[in-house]
Amino acid sequence: MTDGADGKRSSMSSVGPMRAARGELQMPEVLRWYLAHERAILGTLVVMLFLIGWEGLERGWWADALRPLLGASAERLRLKPIFISSPTLIAAAAFRMFFVTKEIWRDLAWSGVGYVLGLGLAIAVGIPLGLAAGWYRRFSYAVEPLLSALNATPQVAFLPLIVVWVGTGLGERVLIIFLLAVLPLAINAHAAVRTTDPRLVKVASSLGAGDWRLFRTIILPSSVPFLLAGLRRAIGRGMIGVVVGEIYGSAAGVGAMINQAGARFQTDKVFVGVLTIVAVGVILVEIVQRIERRVDVWRTPA
Amino acid sequence: MAIPANLELAAHGERRRTSLARLYLEHERLAIGASTLVVVLLLWEALGRSGLVDPLFISFPTQVAQAGWQLSHDRDFWNDVEVSATEFILGYGAALALAIPLGLAVGLSKRLQYMIGPFVDTLNAVPRVTLLPIIIIWCGIGIWSKVVVVFLGAVIPILINTQSGVKTSEARFMRVARSFCASRVKIFSSIILPGTVPFIFTGLKYGAGRALLGVVVGELYASTAGLGHMIADAGNTFQTDVVFFGVLVFMATGLIVVALLDAVERRFEKWRPDPR
Amino acid sequence: MSGVRQLDCSSRMMNAKLEAQDIRLEYVQPRTNTRLLALDGVDLKIMDGEFVSIVGPSGCGKTTFLSVVDGLIAASAGRVLVDGRVVTKPGPDRAVVFQDASLLPWRTVLNNVRYGLECLNVGAREAKERASHFIEMVGLSGFEHHYPYELSGGMQQRVNLARALVMDPKILLMDEPFASLDAQTREVMQEELLQIWVKAKKTVLFVTHQIDEAIYLSDRVVVFSGRPGKVKETIPVAIERPRRLAVKREARFHAIEDRIWSLIEEDVKADRNRRNVDPSDRSF
Repeated sequence: MTDGADGKRSSMSSVGPMRAARGELQMPEVLRWYLAHERAILGTLVVMLFLIGWEGLERGWWADALRPLLGASAERLRLKPIFISSPTLIAAAAFRMFFVTKEIWRDLAWSGVGYVLGLGLAIAVGIPLGLAAGWYRRFSYAVEPLLSALNATPQVAFLPLIVVWVGTGLGERVLIIFLLAVLPLAINAHAAVRTTDPRLVKVASSLGAGDWRLFRTIILPSSVPFLLAGLRRAIGRGMIGVVVGEIYGSAAGVGAMINQAGARFQTDKVFVGVLTIVAVGVILVEIVQRIERRVDVWRTPA
Repeated sequence: MAIPANLELAAHGERRRTSLARLYLEHERLAIGASTLVVVLLLWEALGRSGLVDPLFISFPTQVAQAGWQLSHDRDFWNDVEVSATEFILGYGAALALAIPLGLAVGLSKRLQYMIGPFVDTLNAVPRVTLLPIIIIWCGIGIWSKVVVVFLGAVIPILINTQSGVKTSEARFMRVARSFCASRVKIFSSIILPGTVPFIFTGLKYGAGRALLGVVVGELYASTAGLGHMIADAGNTFQTDVVFFGVLVFMATGLIVVALLDAVERRFEKWRPDPR
Repeated sequence: MSGVRQLDCSSRMMNAKLEAQDIRLEYVQPRTNTRLLALDGVDLKIMDGEFVSIVGPSGCGKTTFLSVVDGLIAASAGRVLVDGRVVTKPGPDRAVVFQDASLLPWRTVLNNVRYGLECLNVGAREAKERASHFIEMVGLSGFEHHYPYELSGGMQQRVNLARALVMDPKILLMDEPFASLDAQTREVMQEELLQIWVKAKKTVLFVTHQIDEAIYLSDRVVVFSGRPGKVKETIPVAIERPRRLAVKREARFHAIEDRIWSLIEEDVKADRNRRNVDPSDRSF
């Protein structure tokens, strides 16, 4: 146990790297293994209980089991599939959609195009904007109120406006994704430049580095972690844009598929769509986190 | 030659300046910000009014203001406001009431965290919009589906931030408490809780933004009333001025809610050296 | 107040205020099962009203030992006695002044000082009176309703001291309390500490890196060896009280300093050599 004398924030519930050994306390091997893996064990257990409970609701296991006790009101524990579907139904639907009809791949591609374009636009506009705002003080004064106002507004509220401008179609989808994703990128880029360690800049300046070199060798590298963090947020928000953009009757796309399935009470397909989006989001964020970890190698551990 | 914003030295040398110039420099931020806004508004007005860009597409400030004025006399508008406000307050309030105690509990108990963790992470990763069809099946297109969306949106950030606040109770304060033999309850009330307050407010602010988003998304998707519904309707009928006004109302709400939270936070955090 | 004490047989019969008997402390890292011996049989006796300092090379376990005495860490072997009674957990008979003032930022000075009393369920009015008394003793009257962020480092440490004193502990444990202050403030605080000590009449165990600080403040200086920690030698300080800061420049003061430094020097260099050989050794 080492209490940092400078009082660094540390996790309250962490068992430090060392424990003072008192005598020869022996713990049964099983208990020690359990404690080491407690997180995974409890997590998996609870998830499984949840899934089983879910399945049971749809199939009426609990309704049947509790009927002797509760009588007719036990029927409440049987829920129609249109309300909640069930893990097995969803799995079956997923299998169908991915491997039999293969319809979902087309939807993914359709949504993907819009997403990539929208996110790409957000990166191309947002990052330079943020960097410029960080670098040029007057520029930041000018754009800050606009960015703050935009940030405070739920950007989705602009959707009807976008539809007025460009109708429904690829343009609309790209624009709403852009609107949702651009802010985290711009804000983080701005913050990245502004929180560059001034000492580094001082050293470089005193060694005669010009503006461009300063930017390229000091500011940009130290900004990368911020930018990546902003990218992570932008990915998630872009996903919202994918689905929202397809509200107004898109020809295809995961969001549209979800909406149509919902309208037809095909809850299992809805869930498949939801899980697909989640999966894509998780994969993308994981990629960014891997890059972050590679880039973060030089950082002194917090 | 531009120098990065944070490094520009305050010292402008010994040059003499007119008092007007000095006044400007002191309030430069305000001056430039305000004037940019004004320029944008003027440009907008010019473009729309002159017809260079069809006002049907972009409207212009005076038209928007006029639409706003007319709406404020419209009973339906206020009904919409009430509906949206109710959805927000109910959903956000419920999220608050659940997420803060739960966040505290999860922060304190490792086991609880292990059990709830998977659900929180999953819910965090799911864009609520995707769940709307299911929520609608459950709750219809009335007010309750929006309340649920708002609740789901706000509950996660508040929970995560509260939990985070509990877990990062500074070790040195815990040590102080232990050296004075503080009971567990005392540790909670005197060390953990006060230290968590800033985190709770961060979560509340994030949650408020997502709650507002939930109102809009829910109403755009399927609704019979509410401001989002009004905006969607107006968009369909190319009443661009009404659309802009609606967006402005949402913007104002967002700013006001955050400002309110900031004010409340400052009262709780008199002990902080600088305001956030 | 306390002149030079001579430990003769009759004194040894008196109960030591604080006694550490053969304290050993071993760390075991659960994953790799490596064992680290931090304290290797520390024996120490402190009499009532004494001011004793511990000095030693970095990492020798001075702070760890203090934590064991306070009961924050449990020793692997050996025991700690206060007034003849064994102690294993923190208690109101010992109070620690940490290097980091660690004042609760959300509490005023007054509420910080009476924190310990609250933990003992002392009544509000009594707590306030006692706290005010000690706030005055450390020279911070008028600052009762200030928040920690408004105070300088030295002032925060004084609040820290008052917080410990208000508990009326039998032993006051101080862990490099002045380490984070600048050199000049530090000197002033040392002198003030002695004045407060006289008024409060406490027994003090003081850990520090600074040899001159240890000598100036104490009746005895205990020198720890390098890791694993053990008492190497105890040097009495035969300088009469009250002591002015100027005494630090006297020859007899320097003599004691040289003596102590020579004891530590070998351990400091040995430690450095060991670390140079094994750079993965990060134990500090």
